[in-house]
Formats: sequence, structure tokens, C-alpha cells
Amino acid sequence: MEKLYYPDWQIRRILSETNVIAMIGASSNWNRPSYFAMKYLQEKGYRVIPVNPGIEGQQLLGETVYGSLKSIPFSIEMVDIFQKPERVPAIVDDAIEIGAKIVWMQLTIRHDEAAKKAENAGLVVIMDRCPKIEFGRLSGELGWGGVNTRVISSRRSKKIR
Amino acid sequence: MKNKSKQAKPPGFETLAIHAGASPDPTTGARNVPIYNSTAYVFDDVDHAASLFNLQTFGYLYSRIGNPTVSALEEKVAALENGRAAVATASGHAAQLLAMYILMEPGANFVSSPNLYGGSITQFTHTFKKFGWECRFADTANLDSFKNSIDKDTKAIFTEVLANPGGIVIDIEPLSKIAKSEGIPLIVDNTTASPYLCQPFEWGADIIIHSMTKYLGGHGNAMGGIVVESGKFDWAQNDKFPSLTQPDPAYHNLTFYETFGDFGFSTKGRAVALRDLGPTLSPTNASLISTGIETLPLRMERHVENAMIVSEFLNNHSGVEWVSYAGLKNSPYYELAKKYLPKGPGALFTFGLLGGYEAGIKLVESTELISHLANLGDTRSLIIHPASTTHRQLTDEQRLDAGAGAEVIRISVGLESVNDIIADLEQALDKAGV
Repeated sequence: MEKLYYPDWQIRRILSETNVIAMIGASSNWNRPSYFAMKYLQEKGYRVIPVNPGIEGQQLLGETVYGSLKSIPFSIEMVDIFQKPERVPAIVDDAIEIGAKIVWMQLTIRHDEAAKKAENAGLVVIMDRCPKIEFGRLSGELGWGGVNTRVISSRRSKKIR
Repeated sequence: MKNKSKQAKPPGFETLAIHAGASPDPTTGARNVPIYNSTAYVFDDVDHAASLFNLQTFGYLYSRIGNPTVSALEEKVAALENGRAAVATASGHAAQLLAMYILMEPGANFVSSPNLYGGSITQFTHTFKKFGWECRFADTANLDSFKNSIDKDTKAIFTEVLANPGGIVIDIEPLSKIAKSEGIPLIVDNTTASPYLCQPFEWGADIIIHSMTKYLGGHGNAMGGIVVESGKFDWAQNDKFPSLTQPDPAYHNLTFYETFGDFGFSTKGRAVALRDLGPTLSPTNASLISTGIETLPLRMERHVENAMIVSEFLNNHSGVEWVSYAGLKNSPYYELAKKYLPKGPGALFTFGLLGGYEAGIKLVESTELISHLANLGDTRSLIIHPASTTHRQLTDEQRLDAGAGAEVIRISVGLESVNDIIADLEQALDKAGV
């Protein structure tokens, strides 16, 4: 499989221009990775709409949980997928239908065929990455945990948003 | 926006040594990373505090588990080793304890090379035993012995690559294959080589340990250790590493590998091992070591150059029986050194005097420029008689295994004018009567 590569400027542009994110597979369990990511992205000023049919209608971190992408009654810019790869194609179809601009698959999740379909429909696709980690990496916060951000700069870091 | 843009060329080692982890301070613009002498960090509100304690957000909480000066150093060393993340500790010994604390359980074992710094042998043999951890020493001349020592409770293989006290290069690539086939990580202590001379992750290591007190800091002025993870080891491939792959009761049942992925090992090391064992690096020492690292490439080049000249001088001296330096063509490790240490096999080596034990003692007591002390990797040249110092706690057999027999002298060649180092050795050899 071809190694995925996304230039920093591309990730930075997505993270600075996006405001409303639907999180597929958001968990109400505080120690699950999706809960971590949702809480962090909210702190950074994003509106994150949880999608999880198992807890549909409940409140999660101040937002109503929806059962599917298509049942969200307002516009979504980015679809963040915390689901097994085999569930990705159906989610991508929904993302295209609701007019999302970005499909983002979480760490370890990759589906090249679905990605191609989304790209052909004009969407931008990121796979096998976490928006929380990428935000932390490009803002320098990830380095606070001793993680190699691979960011080298002689300038003060610019705010992503 | 195409996602197949050409990947930018990664920065060179010298650039990383200066810049990695050390962007200007976003608030003050300070160009060098300041020494953050602060034990704790304010919370915006109770929710922010909760997010920090739960590890849901990145940030500083308390300097036992993270400090801005220390994390700048951690990122720098992670970058120099081409790793994913690192956790700094108060010393190299603390780094070994921290790494093993993450991997081991009571009743577990690890297999180690016997060619180690004497203090490591003691730590592994006696102190670790109190935690219920067993160290099994294998034979580096027979790599099958590593495989044969592994059983279902084995959690890692441990080795130095350029072994202290000197001259021995361990063939780490086949060791990494053994570790891989057994589903356990290879831990490489890269202290005596430094990341400038050897890149263990390229040869399949999974975790790298340093005593930063040595070449990384390089000036004999600050203690420190570090554990670096490659980010490539799959901790969930078997059930050997429950502290990474199972909910951790020491951290509200968080599953570290699932949550933090390729830096889960380091996060566990920080959030649990540093928190509960407490061997934190001070920001002052972190700053001294970071400054030292900025010139690591230059220093290592000169260390190697001086060591080569000094080893040749000793090799040609009539009072010296043998010199064990992998840069000499007569060394059995010459070829391995070319493979693993292409820029030179360090500046730490041993030699034996014809006068044996007594002459050795006399030699180390007679130097006037070279310092007689228990350290290595200083700008200053250092000399020691391992059998009576660094390797004193060992049995005779362990000393021989470790390359620290009674007649052995260890030298760490420094950065003084090489003619002065040689002149000092010459007069001390005279006084030793050889």
C-alpha cells in the first residue's frame, strides 16, 4: 500500500478553515479516544456534533447526539470517522450526499476505494490521522509531551485558529 | 489540494541538533529555550484541570511529569534518534528503570547482553530482582543464546550497541530480528555512540536509552537520562504487554496504546512511571544538556578523530599489551563498527598494560591532564581502572564477561589538543614503569 503523506500546509489549512465537525462513533465513555478528541476539539473552538445510533438523542459534552449524518438538520463541513474501515464506504456516501467538504479517517483507519470516490465527488480526504494529534503537532502542543512534531521553525508558532 | 504532493526533504542531523524541539517561545519570542523554574502550571478553570488530569488535552500540570524546558529536550532527542517520542529522566539508570517499569510485571524476565556498564549489570541483577524482574544474561558471541533464553514471560531484549567499557560492537540487526520473531521489543542503550554515530532504529531497535550525562550533554556538567520510542512496535500483537493494551487501574482504566497509539509507550512512561516513581529531570539540567546537544555533531567528529590518534599511539607503545578500539584494523569488531558506526566507533575504549594490575593503578594515578574519575563523554579526557571502580561490584567472571579484567584501563578521549593527551599518557606510562 502506498504510504500516506499530507503536507503540513494542507492539514493546517483544513484545521484553520473548518468550524463544524460531525464525529461518527463519538463515545459517551470518558476514557475512549473519541471522547478525548471531541473534548479537545471543542476546547479549540470547533463545534463537534456527535453521531452514534446507540446513544441517539442523548446529550454528549453539551451537544445532541444524532443517529446518522443525514439526520443532522444543519450543515456539516467535516466528517471525522471513528469506525472500522468496512463501515467507511457507507459513511462516505452519506458525507457526499450532505455536502460535506472533508472526510477525515482516524488513526489506523484507511479505505482507499472510498477515499477515491469522495475525492472524485470533490471532497478532501485525510486517512490514518487524528485531528487532535495534528492540531497538537502543528500548534506545538504535542511537543509538550516529548513527541517529535518534526516542525522546525525560527518563527514564533502561528495560531491555527 | 492534492494529497500526493512531494514530501519535503527532512532536515539534516546538524539542523535537528540545533532546532528540533526549540522553536522561539511563542509568548516572549525568546530564541533559546528558557529554563522554566516552575513546579506547577495554572489551570484556566476546573474543567481545564480535569482535561489535563485525564490526559484529554495537551499541557503542563506539574513538573514531575512535564516541564517546558525538559520537553524541548525530549523532542530534540526524539528527533535526533528519528523516533516518535521520548521521556527524560534524572539519570540513565532512571531511564532503564522507567522503560522496564512499563514493560515488566512481577515474575517477568528480559534477556540482556552481558557487555554492559557495570552499574547496569548491578541494577539488572540485584535491584530489579526486588521488583520480581529477572535479567537473563545471554552470550553476545553466540546470538542463538538470546533466542534460547526467551520464554513466555520474556518482555524484551536489552543491549548496548557500543559496549562500555570499550571496543565491543554488538551486532544489533540480528538481535532485532530475534526480538521481532518473538513479539518483544529490542532496547538499545546508545549512550557511548550517541545518535550522531549510530542510529539504532535503522537497525530494528524499538526503544533507545541514553545516559544524557555522557556525550549528549557532553560537558560533564549535568545528569540526565532518556527513553525514546520508535513508534513502530505493535504492543497489541500479543498479550505480553497488558500495561499498554489493557485498561490501566493506575490511570482510571485508560488504555494507553489504544488512546495514544504510536506514542502510547512514552505517554505511559510519563503519566504513570514518572508520576509514581518520580525520577524527574530538572529544567536546569535539561537546559545544559540541550545546549550541549547543539554541538554534538562537531564534538563527536573530534572525539572520534582524537580517539583514533590516541588508540594508534597506545597500539604502538611497547608497554601496552593490547588496545580494544573498534577503529583499529586489528579489532575483531572493526567490520561491525563500519556497519553500525560509519562515522567512527566513539571515543571510549580499553587497553591492557604489560605490567598488569599494579601498572594500571600506577598509570591512572599518574596522569596530570587526563582526569581520573568515573564518567565518560566529557570534553575532558578521562581515565579509570574499571576493575576497582565502575565494575567493582561484579564477580570476577562478570568482570571478564564485561571486558573489565584486572589489567584493563578505560579511557574516554576528550577534546583537548591531541598532542597534549598523548604527552600526558606518555609520561604516565613512564611513571607506571612500562
